[in-house]
Amino acid sequence: MTLLWIALLPLLGVLVPLMAGRRSRLTCSLATMVAPAIALGLTLWQIPSLNAGESLRFFADWLPELGLALAFRLDGLSLLFNLLILGIGLLILLYAHFYLSEEEPVGRFYSFLMLFMASMVGISLSNNLLLLWLFWELTSLSSFLLIGFWSHQNDARKGARMALTVTGAGGLALLAGILLLGDIVGSFDMDQVLASGALIVEDARYPVMLTLVLLGAFTKSAQFPFQFWLPNAMAAPTPVSAYLHSATMVKAGIFLMARLHPALSDSALWQLVVPIVGMITLLYGAWFAFLKTDLKGILAFSTVSHLGLITVLLGIGTPMAVLAALFHILNHATFKAALFMISGIIDHEAGTRELKMLGRLRKTMPITALLLTLAAASMAGVPLFNGFLSKEMFLTETLESPLLGGLSWLMPVLATIASILSVGYSVRLVIAVCIKKPRQPSPKAPHEPPRMMRLPVEILVGLCLLVGILPAFMATGLLSLASQAVLQEPLDFHLSIWHGFKLPLLMSVVAFVIGGALYWQHAHLRKFKESFAPVDAARVFERALVSLGQRCEQLIAVWDGQSLQRYMGWLLLATFIMGAIGLSQITELTGDLGNQPVDGIVVLGAVMLIFGGLATAITHRYRLISLLMLSVVGLFVALTFARFSAPDLALTQLSVEVVTMILLMLALFFLPQKTPPESSAKRNLRDIVLAGGLGGVVASLNYAVMTRESFSISQFFMDNSVPGGGGHNVVNVILVDFRGFDTLGEITVLALAGLAIFKLLNRLRLFIPHSDSEGRIWSPDRYPAILTSISLALLPLALLVSAFIFLRGHNEPGGGFIAGLITAVALILLYMARGVEWTQQRLDFPFQPVAVVGVAVATLTGLGSWLFGHPFLTSAFGYFSLPVVGKFELATALLFDLGVYLAVVGATLMILANLGKVTTAHRPAVNATKSDDAGTNKESL
Amino acid sequence: METLYAVTTGVLSACGLYLTLRGRTFPVVVGLTLLSYAVNLFLFSMGGLTTDGPALVHGEGVYADPLPQALVLTAIVIGFAMTAFVVILAMRARSELGNDQVDGKKEDRE
Repeated sequence: MTLLWIALLPLLGVLVPLMAGRRSRLTCSLATMVAPAIALGLTLWQIPSLNAGESLRFFADWLPELGLALAFRLDGLSLLFNLLILGIGLLILLYAHFYLSEEEPVGRFYSFLMLFMASMVGISLSNNLLLLWLFWELTSLSSFLLIGFWSHQNDARKGARMALTVTGAGGLALLAGILLLGDIVGSFDMDQVLASGALIVEDARYPVMLTLVLLGAFTKSAQFPFQFWLPNAMAAPTPVSAYLHSATMVKAGIFLMARLHPALSDSALWQLVVPIVGMITLLYGAWFAFLKTDLKGILAFSTVSHLGLITVLLGIGTPMAVLAALFHILNHATFKAALFMISGIIDHEAGTRELKMLGRLRKTMPITALLLTLAAASMAGVPLFNGFLSKEMFLTETLESPLLGGLSWLMPVLATIASILSVGYSVRLVIAVCIKKPRQPSPKAPHEPPRMMRLPVEILVGLCLLVGILPAFMATGLLSLASQAVLQEPLDFHLSIWHGFKLPLLMSVVAFVIGGALYWQHAHLRKFKESFAPVDAARVFERALVSLGQRCEQLIAVWDGQSLQRYMGWLLLATFIMGAIGLSQITELTGDLGNQPVDGIVVLGAVMLIFGGLATAITHRYRLISLLMLSVVGLFVALTFARFSAPDLALTQLSVEVVTMILLMLALFFLPQKTPPESSAKRNLRDIVLAGGLGGVVASLNYAVMTRESFSISQFFMDNSVPGGGGHNVVNVILVDFRGFDTLGEITVLALAGLAIFKLLNRLRLFIPHSDSEGRIWSPDRYPAILTSISLALLPLALLVSAFIFLRGHNEPGGGFIAGLITAVALILLYMARGVEWTQQRLDFPFQPVAVVGVAVATLTGLGSWLFGHPFLTSAFGYFSLPVVGKFELATALLFDLGVYLAVVGATLMILANLGKVTTAHRPAVNATKSDDAGTNKESL
Repeated sequence: METLYAVTTGVLSACGLYLTLRGRTFPVVVGLTLLSYAVNLFLFSMGGLTTDGPALVHGEGVYADPLPQALVLTAIVIGFAMTAFVVILAMRARSELGNDQVDGKKEDRE
């Protein structure tokens, strides 16, 4: 459980600064520190059990089908990283408290930082590969937010995007690698993976898998050729650089290589690729660090170079090399975080990070200058500093490594060159910042920072010295645990300052002498470098992104004609082909049942339907006529339903038909009355052929199904309608009872459509014509007397009919849908006869709540059955008798149907009444100027 | 009778589809409505064509299949909601773009 808490606390800590953000900054900072401090305490508390050799694990299933589990482990390696992440994290929080200016949203910053911290802790503790990957991605995302924290700066946005693109792409590669790895091992469980090294290395997929995993690690840890994102990420606030880009995130790739070391490293491929990539990165970073003129730029490239060094060590992979790698992880984190914080302090107090504007800080900022000198000494590898120890170990390992065969002598030579450069840039840093005279004045007069802002630096530099002077006392315990976790066996070693006069010491001495000399030649070297055309990684990257975007656009332009008409054509063509293929598979179209005899009424109906359909299509350019023809079709569809034993459908179709026609008429008022002839004859022919073909497919399919025996599940509904649902009208019982859940979904859609339309009509600006397409002015008699009087008299009758239809719905044709539509039609008739203003005064409530209440009633009815311990939407019914009225039935389904009724009324009126309001509210005066063309010459509102 | 029914469904579908291929919004809406009629008829016929047998159960007898009817009933109402939404979208598009082209462009692309 403790492990879960260590992982969870920083995650919960994300919320703390958000909640405390409104308080004073001090409260916010202190409150934020609580969670990581407890997590750090809990981690330290586990050390005795670790020393006792217990294996600390936490396991809970998450998605067992996918192999994902919430599994954590705490071993020496996790311990080392947790101490770095939480310890340095706390110092960074303290530092950021002073670093950010008053007006900056400190709560947001802390919360991003905590999110990052939580994901790093997650990586270090994960005992499941997929979980590890999840946290891995989370670090990419949170570091994107942190690098881009100053989102008003162009650099910050671009740097953040670049970091996300590179590490995100690496994350995808890593996912692929992890999936392959899990497939090879047969489990994503870390313990199993680490125990199956031999199996993994022998698998045929090993090279692919290793490449993918290493891509993930190299992108994250800025190894060549992915190193370019790290210097560009320096646009981040300095606390972020100090935390992410020295101590933690860039070490995640290193961590992954160390974590999977037992599983992956025992192969020639690993031992070839990893050291070479590391060595190139080491030299590349050191060379550019030497030439940079920006304080943070120097530190960024130096970080790249040190990450390369650790990678080389992990690539060599002997027990002592692994130990050196782990030791250098610790040392680099301490001195580099300190250096970054110092650069932030200088930036803060002198207003610049450019070397030419800095200098003589030993006079103006003596303590800071001293701290800088000490940390830089550690970076250069001066004896009595921690950097010296791990660098000596590194040099020893390169001497002993046989990895490059006959060329193995190259390793120590290259390592010495890198050391020379490292000494060179460290010396330059110290002399340029502390001793030399500035060539230009700095923007602000430099002075010492607040005492507490320097405290984190002092602690870190103190650690550098303590570890450097007393390595056996300070680091042995931690390193023996960590190396045991990576090597999976205890390692006997002794850390000491003095190893005697041996070759590595000579290499160090050479590095110091030549490195110091190199500093004096710095100006010449810069000139030499400037004789090359500069390659700006950011520029190249941006250009690549832009050209990628353009390629995509070109590709899309080829495929996408930007025409819905064309999409529709392709869609129909595809449907036609699929339907035709399906139909061609059956041997005979007519099934066993054959045709029923035809009677006159059916023929008449079919003729009218065909006529109506064709007329709608043919007259489509004359929209009103087309609409009238459509209504013929609608009416005959209702009659068809009635003819073939579907009274409920006939009633529904009839009332929907009325509402649809009113709606389309209203809409037509605002749209052009005619369609100009614009389709070419060729296009028309093509559309006719396509539509005709699909019509043929539909007809054949329909015929084929109808003439075959159907196997329906309806017998169940028939049998259970009366005993189970208490209703004789099976259609209605299906709607409100058997398939009530579907109906609930459908009325929700209806209400949503109504709300969406309500929103669409909001602030709609439309052209309102004065006259029809022939130029005739609308009739001045807006509210015809007969309609007005009839509609009033009709209203109570219509409402009565709808109540009747509603109540009898369970046993006879009717129900909530139909009753709702009838009510809606009756009310709309009132609107049409009396106008919006008149009706609005009398129906003074909005319709949106009615629809919402309808859906709510239906849902609550369904939920009600939970109270009685039944599943959602279980219905109950009973028969009661009252004097006079007689025996009647009450069913919860009736309540559900009431919800349906309200939803239908609400949605329908929401649509039509709101549309009607648009028509009448701004209707121009009748005697306004005549217009001659319906499409163009209309008055704009 | 089945032949006649199928032919009717086919013709209505063809007319509706032809209209959905037009370049202006209103004919497309009319076409969609027509198509939804055809589809409703098609779905309805999946339970076979029954004469004089509404699914009001009172003892034994020949009843029409109630399941397609229930499905079509909701389809009709939803179809209305969809038509309403599309036609109002068309109005909105006209007010925003100043024309009633399906592709929202003045010039004819053909």
